[in-house]
Amino acid sequence: MNGPERLEQHVGKLTTSAGAFFPGERVVFCGQDLHASLNDLDWLELYLFGINGRRYTQPQMKVLHAMCTFTSYPDARLWNNRVAALAGSARSTGSLGIAAALAVSEAQIYGRGVDLRASEFLIRAKNEVDCGADLKQIVRSELKRHRGIAGYGRPIVAADERIAPMMALVREQGLDNGAHLKLAFDVENVLLEGRWRMHMNYAALAAALCADVGMSPREYLFSSLPAFLAGMPPCYLDAEEKSEGLLFPLPCRTLSYEGVTRRYWRDRKSDALGVG
Amino acid sequence: MSEEVIHSRIWQEEAESDNAFAAASCHCHGYDVYGELLGNASWIEYLFLLFRGEAPTNQQAKLLEGLAIALANPGPRDAAVHAAMCGGVGLSTSASCLMSALAVGAGASGGAREVYLAMEDWLARGTDLALWQEGLAIKPVDDPADVWPSSGHPAGFDPHGVRCTTPVLQTLTHLAELSCGQSLIWLQEHRASLEAAAGLPLAMSGVAAAALCDLGCTPAQGEMLCLLLRLPGAAVHALEQKDFGHKKFPFFSIELENDPGPAQGGESWAEDKI
Repeated sequence: MNGPERLEQHVGKLTTSAGAFFPGERVVFCGQDLHASLNDLDWLELYLFGINGRRYTQPQMKVLHAMCTFTSYPDARLWNNRVAALAGSARSTGSLGIAAALAVSEAQIYGRGVDLRASEFLIRAKNEVDCGADLKQIVRSELKRHRGIAGYGRPIVAADERIAPMMALVREQGLDNGAHLKLAFDVENVLLEGRWRMHMNYAALAAALCADVGMSPREYLFSSLPAFLAGMPPCYLDAEEKSEGLLFPLPCRTLSYEGVTRRYWRDRKSDALGVG
Repeated sequence: MSEEVIHSRIWQEEAESDNAFAAASCHCHGYDVYGELLGNASWIEYLFLLFRGEAPTNQQAKLLEGLAIALANPGPRDAAVHAAMCGGVGLSTSASCLMSALAVGAGASGGAREVYLAMEDWLARGTDLALWQEGLAIKPVDDPADVWPSSGHPAGFDPHGVRCTTPVLQTLTHLAELSCGQSLIWLQEHRASLEAAAGLPLAMSGVAAAALCDLGCTPAQGEMLCLLLRLPGAAVHALEQKDFGHKKFPFFSIELENDPGPAQGGESWAEDKI
Protein backbone atom coordinates (compact mmCIF):
# COMPACT_ATOMS: atom_id res chain seq x y z
CA MET A 1 0.00 0.00 0.00
CA ASN A 2 1.39 3.38 -1.02
CA GLY A 3 0.49 7.03 -1.34
CA PRO A 4 -2.59 8.57 0.26
CA GLU A 5 -4.01 5.19 1.32
CA ARG A 6 -0.96 4.57 3.46
CA LEU A 7 -1.14 8.07 4.94
CA GLU A 8 -4.88 7.63 5.58
CA GLN A 9 -4.13 4.69 7.89
CA HIS A 10 -2.10 6.97 10.15
CA VAL A 11 -4.46 9.95 10.37
CA GLY A 12 -5.01 11.15 13.94
CA LYS A 13 -3.33 8.16 15.56
CA LEU A 14 0.23 7.19 16.44
CA THR A 15 1.10 3.53 16.85
CA THR A 16 4.33 3.40 18.79
CA SER A 17 6.54 1.55 21.21
CA ALA A 18 8.30 4.75 22.35
CA GLY A 19 5.86 5.49 25.14
CA ALA A 20 2.82 7.45 26.24
CA PHE A 21 1.49 9.69 28.94
CA PHE A 22 -1.76 8.64 30.63
CA PRO A 23 -2.79 11.91 32.34
CA GLY A 24 -3.23 11.60 36.08
CA GLU A 25 -2.36 7.92 35.96
CA ARG A 26 1.02 6.77 34.64
CA VAL A 27 3.70 7.13 31.98
CA VAL A 28 5.06 4.34 29.82
CA PHE A 29 8.66 4.83 28.76
CA CYS A 30 9.81 2.40 26.06
CA GLY A 31 7.62 -0.38 27.41
CA GLN A 32 8.28 0.27 31.12
CA ASP A 33 6.35 2.18 33.74
CA LEU A 34 8.45 5.29 34.28
CA HIS A 35 7.46 5.86 37.89
CA ALA A 36 7.45 2.21 38.98
CA SER A 37 9.91 0.16 36.95
CA LEU A 38 12.43 2.82 36.00
CA ASN A 39 12.41 4.99 39.11
CA ASP A 40 15.83 3.74 40.22
CA LEU A 41 17.54 5.05 37.10
CA ASP A 42 19.55 8.24 37.16
CA TRP A 43 18.98 10.72 34.35
CA LEU A 44 21.72 9.43 32.04
CA GLU A 45 20.67 5.81 32.55
CA LEU A 46 17.13 6.72 31.55
CA TYR A 47 18.38 8.74 28.58
CA LEU A 48 20.45 5.80 27.34
CA PHE A 49 17.61 3.37 28.01
CA GLY A 50 15.45 5.51 25.73
CA ILE A 51 17.93 5.12 22.90
CA ASN A 52 18.29 1.36 22.76
CA GLY A 53 16.31 -0.12 25.64
CA ARG A 54 19.50 -1.32 27.25
CA ARG A 55 20.77 -0.91 30.79
CA TYR A 56 24.43 -0.79 31.62
CA THR A 57 26.49 -2.09 34.51
CA GLN A 58 27.67 0.31 37.21
CA PRO A 59 31.28 0.37 35.91
CA GLN A 60 29.95 1.06 32.41
CA MET A 61 27.70 3.84 33.72
CA LYS A 62 30.64 5.45 35.55
CA VAL A 63 32.52 5.63 32.27
CA LEU A 64 29.47 6.82 30.31
CA HIS A 65 28.88 9.59 32.87
CA ALA A 66 32.54 10.58 32.65
CA MET A 67 32.26 10.76 28.87
CA CYS A 68 29.99 13.78 29.32
CA THR A 69 31.73 15.15 32.41
CA PHE A 70 35.20 15.17 30.87
CA THR A 71 34.14 17.09 27.76
CA SER A 72 31.87 19.75 29.28
CA TYR A 73 34.03 22.86 29.05
CA PRO A 74 32.52 26.16 30.19
CA ASP A 75 34.66 28.16 27.76
CA ALA A 76 32.64 30.73 25.85
CA ARG A 77 35.28 30.95 23.12
CA LEU A 78 34.27 27.51 21.88
CA TRP A 79 31.87 28.01 18.99
CA ASN A 80 28.94 26.06 20.40
CA ASN A 81 29.32 27.53 23.88
CA ARG A 82 29.71 30.97 22.35
CA VAL A 83 26.18 30.65 20.96
CA ALA A 84 24.85 30.03 24.48
CA ALA A 85 26.92 32.91 25.85
CA LEU A 86 25.88 35.32 23.09
CA ALA A 87 22.26 34.44 23.87
CA GLY A 88 22.89 35.44 27.49
CA SER A 89 24.66 38.62 26.50
CA ALA A 90 21.85 39.51 24.09
CA ARG A 91 19.27 38.76 26.81
CA SER A 92 17.69 35.89 24.94
CA THR A 93 16.34 32.98 26.98
CA GLY A 94 18.44 30.16 28.39
CA SER A 95 16.47 27.50 26.54
CA LEU A 96 16.90 29.24 23.21
CA GLY A 97 20.62 29.76 23.73
CA ILE A 98 21.35 26.27 24.94
CA ALA A 99 19.11 24.53 22.39
CA ALA A 100 20.88 26.43 19.63
CA ALA A 101 24.29 25.64 21.14
CA LEU A 102 23.42 21.94 21.26
CA ALA A 103 22.26 22.06 17.64
CA VAL A 104 25.52 23.76 16.65
CA SER A 105 27.41 20.94 18.39
CA GLU A 106 26.32 18.66 15.57
CA ALA A 107 29.30 19.92 13.59
CA GLN A 108 31.50 18.26 11.04
CA ILE A 109 34.92 19.29 12.41
CA TYR A 110 34.09 18.63 16.07
CA GLY A 111 31.22 17.29 18.13
CA ARG A 112 28.57 14.93 16.90
CA GLY A 113 29.66 14.71 13.27
CA VAL A 114 33.13 13.54 14.32
CA ASP A 115 31.67 11.24 17.00
CA LEU A 116 29.50 9.48 14.44
CA ARG A 117 32.27 9.08 11.88
CA ALA A 118 34.73 7.85 14.53
CA SER A 119 32.26 5.22 15.72
CA GLU A 120 31.43 4.09 12.18
CA PHE A 121 35.12 3.82 11.31
CA LEU A 122 36.15 1.87 14.42
CA ILE A 123 33.27 -0.60 14.16
CA ARG A 124 33.86 -1.10 10.44
CA ALA A 125 37.64 -1.42 10.91
CA LYS A 126 37.20 -3.99 13.67
CA ASN A 127 34.87 -6.06 11.50
CA GLU A 128 37.40 -5.93 8.66
CA VAL A 129 40.32 -6.85 10.95
CA ASP A 130 38.26 -9.73 12.36
CA CYS A 131 37.83 -10.93 8.78
CA GLY A 132 41.59 -10.90 8.28
CA ALA A 133 42.22 -7.46 6.80
CA ASP A 134 45.46 -5.61 7.52
CA LEU A 135 44.94 -2.59 9.82
CA LYS A 136 47.69 -0.57 8.15
CA GLN A 137 45.95 -0.99 4.84
CA ILE A 138 42.59 -0.01 6.36
CA VAL A 139 44.17 3.15 7.80
CA ARG A 140 45.86 4.00 4.51
CA SER A 141 42.69 3.60 2.48
CA GLU A 142 40.66 5.63 5.01
CA LEU A 143 43.20 8.44 4.83
CA LYS A 144 43.15 8.30 1.05
CA ARG A 145 39.36 8.40 0.93
CA HIS A 146 38.72 11.07 3.57
CA ARG A 147 42.11 12.84 3.94
CA GLY A 148 41.88 12.08 7.67
CA ILE A 149 40.36 9.71 10.19
CA ALA A 150 37.67 10.95 12.52
CA GLY A 151 38.96 10.80 16.09
CA TYR A 152 42.62 11.25 15.19
CA GLY A 153 44.50 14.55 15.08
CA ARG A 154 43.10 17.76 16.52
CA PRO A 155 42.55 21.12 14.82
CA ILE A 156 44.24 23.34 17.42
CA VAL A 157 46.65 21.25 19.52
CA ALA A 158 47.92 17.67 19.20
CA ALA A 159 47.54 16.62 22.82
CA ASP A 160 44.13 15.77 24.24
CA GLU A 161 43.83 16.43 27.97
CA ARG A 162 40.79 14.13 28.27
CA ILE A 163 42.59 10.92 27.32
CA ALA A 164 44.63 10.37 30.50
CA PRO A 165 41.83 10.90 33.06
CA MET A 166 39.41 8.86 30.99
CA MET A 167 41.87 5.98 30.61
CA ALA A 168 42.59 6.09 34.36
CA LEU A 169 38.87 5.72 35.04
CA VAL A 170 38.48 3.03 32.39
CA ARG A 171 41.29 1.00 34.00
CA GLU A 172 39.85 1.59 37.47
CA GLN A 173 36.51 0.22 36.30
CA GLY A 174 38.14 -2.76 34.60
CA LEU A 175 36.93 -1.76 31.15
CA ASP A 176 40.30 -1.43 29.48
CA ASN A 177 40.25 -4.73 27.64
CA GLY A 178 37.61 -3.96 25.02
CA ALA A 179 38.35 -4.94 21.44
CA HIS A 180 37.40 -1.54 19.98
CA LEU A 181 39.51 0.27 22.58
CA LYS A 182 42.50 -1.88 21.67
CA LEU A 183 41.88 -1.23 17.99
CA ALA A 184 41.62 2.55 18.62
CA PHE A 185 45.12 2.51 20.14
CA ASP A 186 46.40 0.26 17.35
CA VAL A 187 45.16 2.82 14.81
CA GLU A 188 46.99 5.55 16.73
CA ASN A 189 50.18 3.48 16.62
CA VAL A 190 49.85 3.06 12.86
CA LEU A 191 49.35 6.80 12.47
CA LEU A 192 52.30 7.64 14.73
CA GLU A 193 54.63 5.14 13.07
CA GLY A 194 53.77 6.46 9.63
CA ARG A 195 54.34 9.95 8.30
CA TRP A 196 50.97 11.20 9.55
CA ARG A 197 51.97 11.89 13.19
CA MET A 198 48.39 11.98 14.43
CA HIS A 199 47.45 11.20 18.00
CA MET A 200 44.13 9.74 19.00
CA ASN A 201 41.73 12.34 20.34
CA TYR A 202 38.81 12.02 22.71
CA ALA A 203 36.29 11.34 19.93
CA ALA A 204 37.94 8.05 18.99
CA LEU A 205 38.42 7.04 22.63
CA ALA A 206 34.78 7.71 23.53
CA ALA A 207 33.54 6.05 20.33
CA ALA A 208 35.65 2.95 21.08
CA LEU A 209 34.40 2.71 24.66
CA CYS A 210 30.79 2.98 23.51
CA ALA A 211 31.34 0.42 20.76
CA ASP A 212 32.72 -1.90 23.43
CA VAL A 213 29.50 -1.61 25.42
CA GLY A 214 27.57 -2.54 22.28
CA MET A 215 26.47 0.81 20.87
CA SER A 216 25.99 1.12 17.11
CA PRO A 217 27.19 4.37 15.49
CA ARG A 218 23.64 5.75 15.53
CA GLU A 219 23.11 4.78 19.17
CA TYR A 220 26.42 6.44 19.98
CA LEU A 221 25.39 9.60 18.12
CA PHE A 222 22.29 9.92 20.29
CA SER A 223 24.17 8.93 23.45
CA SER A 224 26.67 11.72 22.92
CA LEU A 225 24.10 14.45 22.18
CA PRO A 226 24.29 15.88 25.74
CA ALA A 227 28.09 15.49 25.97
CA PHE A 228 28.79 19.25 25.87
CA LEU A 229 25.63 20.31 27.68
CA ALA A 230 26.99 20.89 31.19
CA GLY A 231 29.48 23.46 29.92
CA MET A 232 26.80 25.62 28.33
CA PRO A 233 24.74 27.03 31.24
CA PRO A 234 27.81 28.60 32.90
CA CYS A 235 28.59 30.38 29.62
CA TYR A 236 25.03 31.67 29.27
CA LEU A 237 24.70 32.65 32.91
CA ASP A 238 28.07 34.38 33.11
CA ALA A 239 27.20 36.50 30.07
CA GLU A 240 23.71 37.18 31.35
CA GLU A 241 25.01 38.30 34.74
CA LYS A 242 27.31 40.86 33.11
CA SER A 243 26.02 44.03 31.50
CA GLU A 244 24.30 43.48 28.19
CA GLY A 245 26.37 43.22 25.05
CA LEU A 246 29.75 42.84 26.76
CA LEU A 247 30.55 39.39 25.38
CA PHE A 248 33.16 39.66 22.65
CA PRO A 249 32.05 43.11 21.42
CA LEU A 250 33.24 43.67 17.86
CA PRO A 251 34.36 47.12 16.74
CA CYS A 252 33.92 47.99 13.05
CA ARG A 253 37.66 47.55 12.49
CA THR A 254 37.23 43.84 13.22
CA LEU A 255 35.79 43.40 9.75
CA SER A 256 38.43 42.64 7.19
CA TYR A 257 36.67 43.28 3.90
CA GLU A 258 37.92 41.23 0.97
CA GLY A 259 35.13 41.80 -1.53
CA VAL A 260 34.52 43.92 -4.60
CA THR A 261 35.22 47.63 -4.61
CA ARG A 262 32.48 50.14 -4.04
CA ARG A 263 29.91 50.61 -6.75
CA TYR A 264 26.55 52.23 -7.37
CA TRP A 265 23.23 50.45 -7.59
CA ARG A 266 22.12 52.90 -10.29
CA ASP A 267 25.04 51.72 -12.47
CA ARG A 268 24.15 48.02 -12.39
CA LYS A 269 23.69 46.15 -15.65
CA SER A 270 20.94 47.46 -17.91
CA ASP A 271 19.01 44.16 -17.96
CA ALA A 272 18.78 44.40 -14.19
CA LEU A 273 16.69 47.51 -14.74
CA GLY A 274 14.35 45.62 -17.02
CA VAL A 275 15.40 47.56 -20.10
CA GLY A 276 17.89 45.07 -21.52
CA MET B 1 48.51 40.71 21.06
CA SER B 2 47.04 41.86 17.79
CA GLU B 3 43.27 42.05 17.45
CA GLU B 4 41.65 39.17 15.67
CA VAL B 5 39.54 39.91 12.61
CA ILE B 6 36.48 38.55 10.85
CA HIS B 7 37.05 38.10 7.12
CA SER B 8 34.19 38.99 4.80
CA ARG B 9 33.70 39.30 1.07
CA ILE B 10 30.14 40.47 1.68
CA TRP B 11 30.13 43.24 4.22
CA GLN B 12 32.21 46.36 4.74
CA GLU B 13 31.74 48.96 7.44
CA GLU B 14 33.13 52.34 8.38
CA ALA B 15 32.80 53.37 12.00
CA GLU B 16 31.17 56.56 13.21
CA SER B 17 33.90 59.06 14.11
CA ASP B 18 32.98 58.96 17.80
CA ASN B 19 32.11 55.27 18.23
CA ALA B 20 34.16 52.32 16.97
CA PHE B 21 31.22 50.03 17.68
CA ALA B 22 28.67 51.84 15.52
CA ALA B 23 28.78 51.75 11.74
CA ALA B 24 28.43 55.01 9.85
CA SER B 25 28.22 53.19 6.53
CA CYS B 26 27.57 49.60 5.53
CA HIS B 27 28.40 48.30 2.09
CA CYS B 28 27.06 44.98 0.84
CA HIS B 29 29.06 43.54 -2.05
CA GLY B 30 30.17 47.09 -2.77
CA TYR B 31 26.73 48.77 -2.60
CA ASP B 32 25.89 51.35 0.08
CA VAL B 33 23.08 49.64 1.98
CA TYR B 34 21.57 52.58 3.86
CA GLY B 35 22.77 55.29 1.48
CA GLU B 36 21.53 53.76 -1.78
CA LEU B 37 19.98 50.28 -1.64
CA LEU B 38 17.41 51.44 0.88
CA GLY B 39 14.76 53.09 -1.23
CA ASN B 40 16.07 51.80 -4.54
CA ALA B 41 16.38 48.02 -4.25
CA SER B 42 13.50 45.66 -3.52
CA TRP B 43 13.75 43.08 -0.73
CA ILE B 44 14.09 40.31 -3.32
CA GLU B 45 16.85 42.15 -5.17
CA TYR B 46 18.72 42.67 -1.91
CA LEU B 47 18.25 39.00 -0.99
CA PHE B 48 19.70 37.94 -4.34
CA LEU B 49 22.60 40.35 -3.89
CA LEU B 50 23.37 38.97 -0.44
CA PHE B 51 23.51 35.37 -1.64
CA ARG B 52 24.95 35.74 -5.13
CA GLY B 53 27.13 38.81 -4.71
CA GLU B 54 25.70 40.58 -7.76
CA ALA B 55 22.57 42.57 -8.47
CA PRO B 56 19.99 40.33 -10.10
CA THR B 57 18.74 40.83 -13.61
CA ASN B 58 15.08 41.67 -13.84
CA GLN B 59 14.39 38.06 -14.78
CA GLN B 60 16.41 36.67 -11.87
CA ALA B 61 14.61 38.93 -9.42
CA LYS B 62 11.22 37.83 -10.76
CA LEU B 63 12.23 34.17 -10.57
CA LEU B 64 13.43 34.49 -6.97
CA GLU B 65 10.29 36.40 -6.06
CA GLY B 66 8.12 33.69 -7.62
CA LEU B 67 10.01 31.02 -5.72
CA ALA B 68 9.72 33.03 -2.48
CA ILE B 69 5.95 33.21 -2.87
CA ALA B 70 5.71 29.50 -3.72
CA LEU B 71 7.72 28.53 -0.63
CA ALA B 72 6.52 31.15 1.87
CA ASN B 73 3.68 29.11 3.30
CA PRO B 74 3.27 25.40 2.72
CA GLY B 75 0.26 25.61 5.04
CA PRO B 76 -0.50 24.21 8.50
CA ARG B 77 -0.44 20.56 7.35
CA ASP B 78 3.26 20.84 6.50
CA ALA B 79 5.50 19.21 9.13
CA ALA B 80 7.64 22.31 9.66
CA VAL B 81 4.61 24.56 10.09
CA HIS B 82 3.04 21.92 12.33
CA ALA B 83 6.18 22.09 14.49
CA ALA B 84 5.97 25.88 14.68
CA MET B 85 2.30 25.63 15.70
CA CYS B 86 3.30 23.22 18.50
CA GLY B 87 5.39 26.09 19.83
CA GLY B 88 2.65 28.64 19.34
CA VAL B 89 -0.14 26.66 20.95
CA GLY B 90 1.85 26.23 24.18
CA LEU B 91 2.74 29.94 24.22
CA SER B 92 6.40 29.11 23.70
CA THR B 93 8.80 31.85 22.66
CA SER B 94 8.53 33.12 19.10
CA ALA B 95 12.11 32.11 18.38
CA SER B 96 11.41 28.55 19.53
CA CYS B 97 8.51 28.38 17.06
CA LEU B 98 10.81 29.34 14.22
CA MET B 99 13.62 27.10 15.52
CA SER B 100 11.10 24.24 15.48
CA ALA B 101 10.13 25.08 11.92
CA LEU B 102 13.79 25.22 10.92
CA ALA B 103 14.63 21.91 12.61
CA VAL B 104 11.79 20.03 10.96
CA GLY B 105 11.91 21.96 7.68
CA ALA B 106 15.60 21.15 7.42
CA GLY B 107 14.93 17.49 6.76
CA ALA B 108 15.73 15.26 3.82
CA SER B 109 12.07 14.39 3.42
CA GLY B 110 10.24 17.49 2.23
CA GLY B 111 12.72 19.95 3.73
CA ALA B 112 15.73 22.00 2.82
CA ARG B 113 18.08 18.99 2.86
CA GLU B 114 15.95 17.42 0.14
CA VAL B 115 16.42 20.57 -1.95
CA TYR B 116 20.17 20.41 -1.28
CA LEU B 117 20.30 16.78 -2.43
CA ALA B 118 18.17 17.52 -5.50
CA MET B 119 20.49 20.40 -6.41
CA GLU B 120 23.45 18.05 -6.13
CA ASP B 121 21.63 15.78 -8.58
CA TRP B 122 21.19 18.72 -10.96
CA LEU B 123 24.91 19.48 -10.76
CA ALA B 124 25.83 15.84 -11.43
CA ARG B 125 23.22 15.07 -14.11
CA GLY B 126 22.46 18.42 -15.74
CA THR B 127 19.99 17.91 -18.56
CA ASP B 128 21.09 14.38 -19.44
CA LEU B 129 17.92 12.29 -19.28
CA ALA B 130 19.81 8.98 -19.27
CA LEU B 131 21.84 10.07 -16.23
CA TRP B 132 18.65 11.09 -14.43
CA GLN B 133 16.93 7.82 -15.24
CA GLU B 134 19.95 5.86 -14.06
CA GLY B 135 20.22 7.87 -10.84
CA LEU B 136 16.51 7.84 -10.03
CA ALA B 137 16.43 4.05 -10.30
CA ILE B 138 18.81 3.79 -7.32
CA LYS B 139 17.04 4.01 -3.97
CA PRO B 140 18.87 6.29 -1.53
CA VAL B 141 20.44 4.39 1.34
CA ASP B 142 21.50 5.49 4.81
CA ASP B 143 25.13 6.47 5.22
CA PRO B 144 25.99 5.26 8.75
CA ALA B 145 28.66 7.98 9.02
CA ASP B 146 26.29 10.85 8.16
CA VAL B 147 24.21 12.70 10.74
CA TRP B 148 21.45 13.06 8.12
CA PRO B 149 19.16 10.04 7.89
CA SER B 150 18.27 9.05 4.35
CA SER B 151 14.78 9.98 3.17
CA GLY B 152 14.30 6.69 1.36
CA HIS B 153 13.03 8.34 -1.83
CA PRO B 154 14.68 10.24 -4.68
CA ALA B 155 15.20 13.90 -3.78
CA GLY B 156 12.67 16.25 -5.36
CA PHE B 157 9.83 13.74 -5.64
CA ASP B 158 6.79 13.16 -3.44
CA PRO B 159 7.10 9.83 -1.56
CA HIS B 160 3.35 9.68 -0.93
CA GLY B 161 2.08 11.34 -4.10
CA VAL B 162 -0.23 9.91 -6.74
CA ARG B 163 0.40 12.49 -9.42
CA CYS B 164 2.04 15.90 -9.60
CA THR B 165 -0.21 18.24 -7.60
CA THR B 166 -1.83 21.33 -9.05
CA PRO B 167 0.24 23.85 -6.99
CA VAL B 168 3.48 22.10 -8.02
CA LEU B 169 2.44 22.21 -11.68
CA GLN B 170 1.33 25.83 -11.40
CA THR B 171 4.63 26.77 -9.77
CA LEU B 172 6.68 24.89 -12.35
CA THR B 173 4.76 26.52 -15.21
CA HIS B 174 5.14 30.00 -13.76
CA LEU B 175 8.80 29.67 -12.82
CA ALA B 176 9.74 28.03 -16.14
CA GLU B 177 8.32 31.09 -17.91
CA LEU B 178 10.68 33.25 -15.85
CA SER B 179 13.60 30.88 -16.15
CA CYS B 180 17.06 32.28 -16.66
CA GLY B 181 18.73 28.87 -16.96
CA GLN B 182 18.16 25.43 -18.41
CA SER B 183 16.87 23.46 -15.45
CA LEU B 184 13.27 24.62 -15.09
CA ILE B 185 12.47 24.47 -18.80
CA TRP B 186 14.10 21.05 -19.13
CA LEU B 187 12.27 19.84 -16.03
CA GLN B 188 8.96 20.99 -17.49
CA GLU B 189 9.69 19.21 -20.77
CA HIS B 190 10.88 15.97 -19.18
CA ARG B 191 8.76 15.82 -16.05
CA ALA B 192 6.80 12.76 -17.17
CA SER B 193 9.98 10.80 -17.98
CA LEU B 194 11.57 11.72 -14.68
CA GLU B 195 8.45 10.81 -12.72
CA ALA B 196 8.30 7.46 -14.51
CA ALA B 197 11.95 6.80 -13.60
CA ALA B 198 11.40 7.80 -9.97
CA GLY B 199 8.07 6.02 -9.71
CA LEU B 200 6.88 9.14 -7.89
CA PRO B 201 5.45 12.52 -8.85
CA LEU B 202 7.53 15.68 -8.82
CA ALA B 203 7.36 17.59 -5.53
CA MET B 204 7.71 21.29 -4.73
CA SER B 205 11.25 20.56 -3.47
CA GLY B 206 12.16 19.37 -6.99
CA VAL B 207 10.83 22.56 -8.56
CA ALA B 208 12.63 24.68 -5.95
CA ALA B 209 15.90 22.85 -6.61
CA ALA B 210 15.65 23.51 -10.37
CA ALA B 211 14.78 27.18 -9.77
CA LEU B 212 17.70 27.63 -7.38
CA CYS B 213 20.06 26.02 -9.91
CA ASP B 214 18.78 28.44 -12.55
CA LEU B 215 19.46 31.30 -10.14
CA GLY B 216 23.07 30.16 -9.96
CA CYS B 217 22.96 29.05 -6.34
CA THR B 218 25.16 26.33 -4.91
CA PRO B 219 23.36 23.49 -3.09
CA ALA B 220 24.44 25.02 0.24
CA GLN B 221 23.01 28.42 -0.76
CA GLY B 222 19.83 26.73 -1.99
CA GLU B 223 19.45 24.88 1.31
CA MET B 224 19.83 28.14 3.28
CA LEU B 225 17.38 30.01 1.04
CA CYS B 226 14.79 27.27 1.42
CA LEU B 227 15.10 27.35 5.20
CA LEU B 228 14.71 31.11 5.13
CA LEU B 229 11.92 31.42 2.57
CA ARG B 230 9.65 28.94 4.34
CA LEU B 231 9.67 30.81 7.65
CA PRO B 232 6.85 33.33 7.01
CA GLY B 233 4.16 30.65 6.97
CA ALA B 234 5.58 29.00 10.08
CA ALA B 235 5.55 32.34 11.88
CA VAL B 236 1.98 33.32 11.11
CA HIS B 237 0.52 29.88 11.79
CA ALA B 238 2.34 29.74 15.15
CA LEU B 239 0.86 33.13 16.04
CA GLU B 240 -2.57 32.01 14.88
CA GLN B 241 -2.56 28.89 17.08
CA LYS B 242 -1.36 30.99 20.00
CA ASP B 243 -4.63 32.93 19.61
CA PHE B 244 -6.86 29.88 19.09
CA GLY B 245 -5.39 28.18 22.18
CA HIS B 246 -4.56 24.58 22.99
CA LYS B 247 -8.15 23.40 23.35
CA LYS B 248 -8.65 23.90 19.64
CA PHE B 249 -5.41 22.22 18.58
CA PRO B 250 -5.27 18.46 17.83
CA PHE B 251 -3.72 16.24 20.51
CA PHE B 252 -4.35 12.98 18.57
CA SER B 253 -4.58 9.48 19.96
CA ILE B 254 -1.85 6.97 20.66
CA GLU B 255 -1.74 3.20 20.50
CA LEU B 256 1.05 1.59 22.50
CA GLU B 257 2.51 -1.60 21.11
CA ASN B 258 4.20 -2.50 24.40
CA ASP B 259 2.01 -1.22 27.20
CA PRO B 260 2.89 -2.99 30.46
CA GLY B 261 -0.39 -1.81 31.99
CA PRO B 262 -0.81 -0.14 35.37
CA ALA B 263 2.00 -1.02 37.80
CA GLN B 264 1.19 -3.54 40.53
CA GLY B 265 2.26 -2.04 43.87
CA GLY B 266 5.17 -0.10 42.41
CA GLU B 267 7.37 -3.15 41.94
CA SER B 268 10.87 -2.54 40.61
CA TRP B 269 12.07 -3.92 37.34
CA ALA B 270 13.60 -7.31 38.08
CA GLU B 271 17.31 -7.73 37.45
CA ASP B 272 16.72 -10.80 35.29
CA LYS B 273 14.84 -8.66 32.78
CA ILE B 274 17.96 -6.61 32.10
